[in-house]
Amino acid sequence: MNILQIIIFTIVKILIVVTIILLAVTYLVYFERKISAWAQNRIGPNRVGWHGALQSFADVLKLLLKEDIVPDAANKPIHTLAPIIALFVSFTTYAVIPFGPNINVFGFSVPLVVADVNIGILYVLALTSLGVYAITLAGWSSGSKYSLLGGIRSSAQMISYEISMGFSIGGVLLLSQSLRPVEIVQAQSGWMWNAILQPVGFITFLVSAFAETNRLPFDLPEAEPELVGGYHTEYSSMKFAGFFLAEYANMFIASALIVTLYLGGWQFPYLDHFGLSNGWFAVISVITFAIKVAALLFFFIWVRWSIPRFRYDQLMNLGWKVMFPLSLLNIIWVAVLIMVFKL
Amino acid sequence: MLNNFQEFYNIIPILLIGAGFLISLLIEMYFKKSDVILPWFTILIFLAAGFHALYAVNSVSVIFQNMLATGGIVNIFYIIFTFGAAIVALLSIDYIKKYGTYFGEYYILLQTSILGMMLMAGAKDLFMIFLGLELMSVSFYSLAGLNRKRLKANEASLKYFLLGAFATGFIVYGIALIYGTVHSTSIDMIASRFYELSSDKLFIAGILLFLIGFSFKIAAFPFHMWVPDVYEGSPTTIAGLFSTGGKAAAFSAIIVTLGVLFTGRIGNILMPYLAVISVLSMFYGSIVAISQDNIKRMLAYSSISHAGYLLIGLAAGNSFGVAGVIFYLASYTFMNLGAFGIVALIEGKDESNLTLKSFSGLASRYPLLAALFSIIMFSLAGIPPFAGFFGKYYVFIAAIKSNLTWLAILGVLSSVISVYFYLRIVVLMYFKDAETDLKIDVSKTGLAAVIISVLLVIIIGIAPGTIIDLIAFFFK
Amino acid sequence: MSLQLILFILFGTISAISSVLMITRTNALISALFLILNFAGLSGLYLTLNAQFIAVTQVIVYAGAIMVLFLFVIMLLKPEHEKYFSHQPKLKIFAFFIAFIVFIQLVFMIFVSHPSQGNNANVAASVKAGTIEEIGKQLYTNYVLPFEAAGYLLLAATIGAIVLAKKKFE
Repeated sequence: MNILQIIIFTIVKILIVVTIILLAVTYLVYFERKISAWAQNRIGPNRVGWHGALQSFADVLKLLLKEDIVPDAANKPIHTLAPIIALFVSFTTYAVIPFGPNINVFGFSVPLVVADVNIGILYVLALTSLGVYAITLAGWSSGSKYSLLGGIRSSAQMISYEISMGFSIGGVLLLSQSLRPVEIVQAQSGWMWNAILQPVGFITFLVSAFAETNRLPFDLPEAEPELVGGYHTEYSSMKFAGFFLAEYANMFIASALIVTLYLGGWQFPYLDHFGLSNGWFAVISVITFAIKVAALLFFFIWVRWSIPRFRYDQLMNLGWKVMFPLSLLNIIWVAVLIMVFKL
Repeated sequence: MLNNFQEFYNIIPILLIGAGFLISLLIEMYFKKSDVILPWFTILIFLAAGFHALYAVNSVSVIFQNMLATGGIVNIFYIIFTFGAAIVALLSIDYIKKYGTYFGEYYILLQTSILGMMLMAGAKDLFMIFLGLELMSVSFYSLAGLNRKRLKANEASLKYFLLGAFATGFIVYGIALIYGTVHSTSIDMIASRFYELSSDKLFIAGILLFLIGFSFKIAAFPFHMWVPDVYEGSPTTIAGLFSTGGKAAAFSAIIVTLGVLFTGRIGNILMPYLAVISVLSMFYGSIVAISQDNIKRMLAYSSISHAGYLLIGLAAGNSFGVAGVIFYLASYTFMNLGAFGIVALIEGKDESNLTLKSFSGLASRYPLLAALFSIIMFSLAGIPPFAGFFGKYYVFIAAIKSNLTWLAILGVLSSVISVYFYLRIVVLMYFKDAETDLKIDVSKTGLAAVIISVLLVIIIGIAPGTIIDLIAFFFK
Repeated sequence: MSLQLILFILFGTISAISSVLMITRTNALISALFLILNFAGLSGLYLTLNAQFIAVTQVIVYAGAIMVLFLFVIMLLKPEHEKYFSHQPKLKIFAFFIAFIVFIQLVFMIFVSHPSQGNNANVAASVKAGTIEEIGKQLYTNYVLPFEAAGYLLLAATIGAIVLAKKKFE
């Protein structure tokens, strides 16, 4: 493959991935509302389209047509910049997450990942650490105390949980001996899923992912009774939609990341023993990946309606005094696994 | 990596303090009586490390992939640091309780600062110099401000931190330039290429920046502005550590990094710089100390002038000079700790009894304290037969051997000036009536620490020859 | 012109312009944001120089952690009340002087002293040195003692910060 072909393939992959994320996020909002309705014994959206299937598009249209209100006290350039950062971070993170094995297109072997780089996991960590800015700046630039408090809370929360997140990933890296997401997936062939080998690390990562995406039970940045709407109190119209979109995209990416790191990625256990052709193998792999991600997303929504919100001090205690030591223990556990079982 | 048992054996002092630090954290966390256990545990690991360093002084080697040297003068520095720190810890037991500001972290940070000093003294690589320096300095910044209730302590901590960070910036910039010209951070590589690079402007700029940074740390004249305020604001015992351990560690870093300059094999190109700041520090410290009324500030200025005497030894640029500097550091550590120890004993709650007035007539009520303080003051002034005299003597002799007689004469002159303010206190104690109604609880452990330091000052003064021969033997 | 050179010029321009903007803004928060942009540009520069690990660390440590703290401090201290310093001509002259000296020194180093002359430009070796595997290997063999010492340094700094900020007096 020459450089031009690589660029063309990459652009095509980017377009496909962005479209899929946008569609997935749109329907994620719909399903979240449907599942909430199911959890609360309601019907949920049912007017626009078949069983309300087009509800999200109607919402987007509504938000586009709304007036964009910027408060007087706001710092306008930064007020506009914040949702852009949020969207940028959520969409670029997906570049390194593989969603299928290599496939053959026009005689070329194309990996089903936008950028197959050997520092992939560090890239994810770097971008998640930048995600803090969106919320902090949104909170500060709005010129409102609720926004500021929400922004500061969320930055503190994200920084605290980034630590246990990073250490949990340490265990995965020890086993796969690579930072390349494709190799991490390949290291989990069969039932050698990291979630099974290192359950403690899986749980700490899962909890940290909830905190990083600001989902319930850790949605303190926008705790309604205390902070009105948190960092996006003063946002309206498409800027609000930007945050909304970024939040759901983050959820989608967190699920994809968990699947890649802990649940075997696109691998269906022992699929290579079935003697499938290359094409069917790829299709089943991609479907496996989608199903795993969908299951996790359902879990995210399910948790939202099952566990009440934490208090702020409880959140910090959990992060620093429980999750952080547990993730360190997990690294020791993985080291023992490697020493004893020569994995 | 530890290839055999011998290498492991050689770094036991560092391992002891490194492990002791972690154990101290656990003691502080889980023991109810940690305020009793922790000080003694700290003293125990310091003494264990110090005695091991003394015992293994002959096992010279380089370990950890050419990162750390052991044995020889490195161990002599270890002995100075650990015994000095043990005395500080002994002094602190009652001192910090007197203020009601007991924190277990006090002893823990004391241990990390000593660990940093030891890494600096043993460094064979500029990485280790930098990391050791930062480990020491970071602990010092926090120790200076431990007594948060006092405004002056906060000021001391912040001032020390800002100026210390500034100095570290100089050092790191210097290291960058040195690395850029030598293409290595190994001190052996720097030493072997020193002569050929001594015409390279960037290399010399790097060395100068490095030295300027360390001039801050040793409290030499143009870079001394933090010293009086920091010594006054920090706890007295900690000020004692700053002026002894901190200074000794900074000198050890200069000696290990630029050791090649001081062996006489190549000319001491830095002589002008060292001589000038040495003269300035000596006279500035001695003259300004005369006008001080607060004893801690007076000791701070005396510390500046002692930095000047020490620099004479480096300016001399021969192995006698370096041996003299190390000897001087050893004796200075114990006499200055004794001085700060007595100040800590006499100091009352809320910073009282720190003026010179409170020392007048001390001899009639606390004869032992007055006698001990007089010995220390004689030693600091450089009056024989105490250790301080021999320190100055060796340094001046080294300067004369390098044809720097003028520097030695200026040193003697400055000593004569300093006699005035040191002996003024002795006069106050013995020949004046008490002006204030001084009532103090002399703590037993604190008194023991002071007595030990005075004994060490006397012992070093009695047998200077063997010690200086030992140091000179290792510095070849 | 190779792709690498184009990217190098692009990232270099971003860092240079953002650093100039950073020091000329009056609002401290905007300055901090330009500093973050500067770090991002630097990280891109490192990537074009095959130093992947440093590039990512630059973003994680500087942009992701340290600058967040800066932003916190700026937001909570309200530096609008501290404009005093920006009207100090003496400080400005001093800063210009220092910057000029550093600039002269860099120019001297790059164009007169040629510090890289002694190094033979082995591209393959330099690419290998930038990978995370090689850095890990070096850290745990040749540089294991500095690595451990850095661990102690961070622990001591944490303890110091906590004891200064948190502990209550009896």
